[in-house]
Amino acid sequence: MRHSLLKVAALSSAATLTLAACGGSDSDTDATSGGGEGGEGTDVKACLAYDVGGRGDQSFNDSAAKGLDRAKDELKIEAEEVEASQGENDAAREDRLNQLVDAGCTNVIGVGFIYATAMGNAAKANPDVQFAIIDDASEASAGDNVAQLTFAEHEGSFLVGAAAAMKSKSNKVGFIGGMDVPLINKFEAGFEAGAKEVNPDIEVQTKYLAEDGSGFADPAKGQTAAEGMFDKGADVVYHAAGGSGAGVFKAAKAAKKMAIGVDSDQAKTAEADVQDVILTSMVKNVDVAVFDNIKATVDGEKQSGNIVFDLKAGGVDYATTGGKVDDIKDKLEEYKQKIIDGDITVPEK
Amino acid sequence: MNLNPRRIALTLAAPVLAIAVAFVITSLVLAAVGDPVGTVWKVLLDEPRPRTLVNIVNSATTYYIAAVAVAIGFKMKLFNIGVDGQYRIASFGAALVAGYGWLPGPLNIIFAMLVAMLIGGAWAGIAAWLKVTRGVSEVISTIMLNTISAGLVGWGLRSWGQRPEGSNSRTTTPIPEGSRLEGIALIPDAPNRVYTLILLALLVGVAYWFIINKTRFGFDLRAAGASETAAVASGVDYKRMIFISIVASGAVAGLVGMPAFFGLDHAYGMNFQEGVGFVGIGVALLGRNHPVGIAAAALLWSWLEKSSDGLQLQAGVSPALVYIIQGSILLAVVVAYEVVARIEKRLEQSQVSRQLQAREATEGAPA
Repeated sequence: MRHSLLKVAALSSAATLTLAACGGSDSDTDATSGGGEGGEGTDVKACLAYDVGGRGDQSFNDSAAKGLDRAKDELKIEAEEVEASQGENDAAREDRLNQLVDAGCTNVIGVGFIYATAMGNAAKANPDVQFAIIDDASEASAGDNVAQLTFAEHEGSFLVGAAAAMKSKSNKVGFIGGMDVPLINKFEAGFEAGAKEVNPDIEVQTKYLAEDGSGFADPAKGQTAAEGMFDKGADVVYHAAGGSGAGVFKAAKAAKKMAIGVDSDQAKTAEADVQDVILTSMVKNVDVAVFDNIKATVDGEKQSGNIVFDLKAGGVDYATTGGKVDDIKDKLEEYKQKIIDGDITVPEK
Repeated sequence: MNLNPRRIALTLAAPVLAIAVAFVITSLVLAAVGDPVGTVWKVLLDEPRPRTLVNIVNSATTYYIAAVAVAIGFKMKLFNIGVDGQYRIASFGAALVAGYGWLPGPLNIIFAMLVAMLIGGAWAGIAAWLKVTRGVSEVISTIMLNTISAGLVGWGLRSWGQRPEGSNSRTTTPIPEGSRLEGIALIPDAPNRVYTLILLALLVGVAYWFIINKTRFGFDLRAAGASETAAVASGVDYKRMIFISIVASGAVAGLVGMPAFFGLDHAYGMNFQEGVGFVGIGVALLGRNHPVGIAAAALLWSWLEKSSDGLQLQAGVSPALVYIIQGSILLAVVVAYEVVARIEKRLEQSQVSRQLQAREATEGAPA
C-alpha cells in the first residue's frame, strides 16, 4: 500500500505539467496581482523580502514596512512584500529574491543580514535590478547594484546610555543583547560610552542571551536576565534583543525599575501594561533607509556600496514618548549635537 | 506484492482520501478568512520555474535523509525527536573538519561524511545509553540533547569560527575548492544545479530498504518493534536492538546536512537551515516509513514549502497558509491510513467468513 503515494504524486505532477502548459507565462499575472495602486508616472516596483516574522512584528520589520508604505503613498510606486518561512537555507532565500525579480520588481530590498549571501548571488544574476540589504556591509552581499544600508546604532545607543546614567540612582545600569554579534556589540559599545560620558564611575552590566537567533525571540530569557541585573542593583536596563525585550519590560515592571527599548518607539508599541516602565527607546529608522533607497531609484539615481544612516542622517535617534526624559532633554540634545558635529566619536566595539 | 484489484484500490484510497480531505480543509480555511480559493489552487498547481524546481529537489534530498533517520527509530517504535540536534552538531563537526582540508578533494568529502556519521551516532548514543541503562524516555532525552547541541555549536562557532569584515554571520573555515561539489544539471534551463549528493540520499534509501527488509538484523528490528515480548521470546536481545537502532538513526541524521554543505554552503554558519529534523518526522509519517513513500512525501513537502513565495506574491495569502496545508495533509494521511486499514480488515474478515460458510455448506451437504 505504500507505493501508492508515489503514483499519486506522479499523477498529480503530470496534471501540474498539463495545467501549466495551458497557463502560459505567469509573469503577466504577477504584475497584475501586484496591487492596482500607484503605477502612474513611474515604473518603479519596490519589493521587500522579510525574514520570519515579517510585517507586524512591532519592531524592525514593521519599520521597514513603514518606509515601503510611505514610498507607495508619496512616490506612487508599486510595491510587493514576501515573508520567509521557518527553517530555510540560502538557496530558499535566493529563490525568493529571484521570484521577486520575476514578478517585475525593479528594487529588491532584503530586510536583515540573514539575506547577505543570497543577495550577493541574486544581484550578480540580475545586474539590471537594484538591490538593497539592511544591516549588512559584508563582502558576501557587495555588488555594483547593491546598496548596503547600515545604521550607526552606537550613536543612538550613546544617547540612551547617557539618559540611563542620568536617571540611575544606584549608579548601576544594564545592557541585554539578543545575540553576541558585531551588530549587537555596537549597541553595547555606544550604550556604555554614553553612560560613562555622564558618569565615569558607573557600573555597566552586560548579558547576551544566546549564541543564535533564538535570543531575539525568547521573552522568558530576557526576563530572567533583567531580573538578575535588577537584583544586582541596576535600575535601568537597555535591551537590544528584539522580541525578548518584552520579558525585560516585564521584569522592570515587577521590580519597579526602568527599561530602555530598541528599534522602534517601544513606549508606543510594547504591551500597554509595561509601556510606563520604558524610559526611552533607541529608535532605528529603517523606514528612512528604505524610503531613501526607493526614492533614489525614482529620481534616477543608483545607490550602491555601504550607506550609513547615522544621527546626522536621521537614521537613529532617541524617543521622547512618555515624557520621562523631558527633564534631561536639553543635555541629550547637547550630546546629539556634539556627535553630529564630530566633537564626540562613539566607539563601535 | 499483491496485485489483486481490491487491494490496489484500497492502497490508492488512503492517499487520495488524505489529499482530498486536506484540499477541503484548506479551502474551508481560505474561504473563512476571505482569501481567493481558486487563485491559491491555481498558483499551487502551476509548474514551478526550473530554478525553483531544482530547489524543490534539493530540499527534498535533505528532508529525505532526515526522514529515513526518523523512520529507523519508528521501525523500532522509538521516537527520535533528536534528529535535529544530531544533524546540527554533526554538520558543524564535519564542516569544521572538512574546513581544515587535511585530505585532498573527494577523500576530504568522504572523511567529513564519516565524521558526521560518527558524531551524529555518538550524540544519539547518549540518549540510547540513557534509555538502555536508566530507562529514560528517548523523547525527553533527545529533546534536551537538541538544546544542548545548539549551545555547543554556538560555543564551537565562537571558538573556532571566523567572521568576514562587515558581516554579522560567523562561519567555520570554508572548505577548499577541490572539495566543493558542482552539482548535477538534472533539470534543463535551470541556472542552478541539483546537489551531487542526491546520490547519497539514494544510497541511504537503498541501504535502509535492504537492511530493514533483507537482513536478519532488519527482521529482528521489525520483530522487536512489533512486539517486545515476542521478540525476546524468540531470542532477540531487546536492549541491544534499542541501542543499535538509536545510534543508527543518529548516524543517518549526521548525514542530513551533507548535500547542502558540499553543494551550496561550503561552511557552517548562522545561515544554516534549522528544524530539518522536525520536518523529517512529518515526512516519515507521511511516507509511512517506506523508502519510496518517504521520497514522494519529501518532494510533496518541499514543493508546498517552495510555493510559499509564489502564494504570497500571486495570491496575496499569508505564508502561514502553507503550514496549514502541510498540517492538514499530515493529519488527513494519518487518519486516512487508519480508516482504510480498518475497512481492509473488515473486508478480509467478511471474506474469510464467507469462505468458511461456503465450505461448511459444501461439507455439510449430503454426498
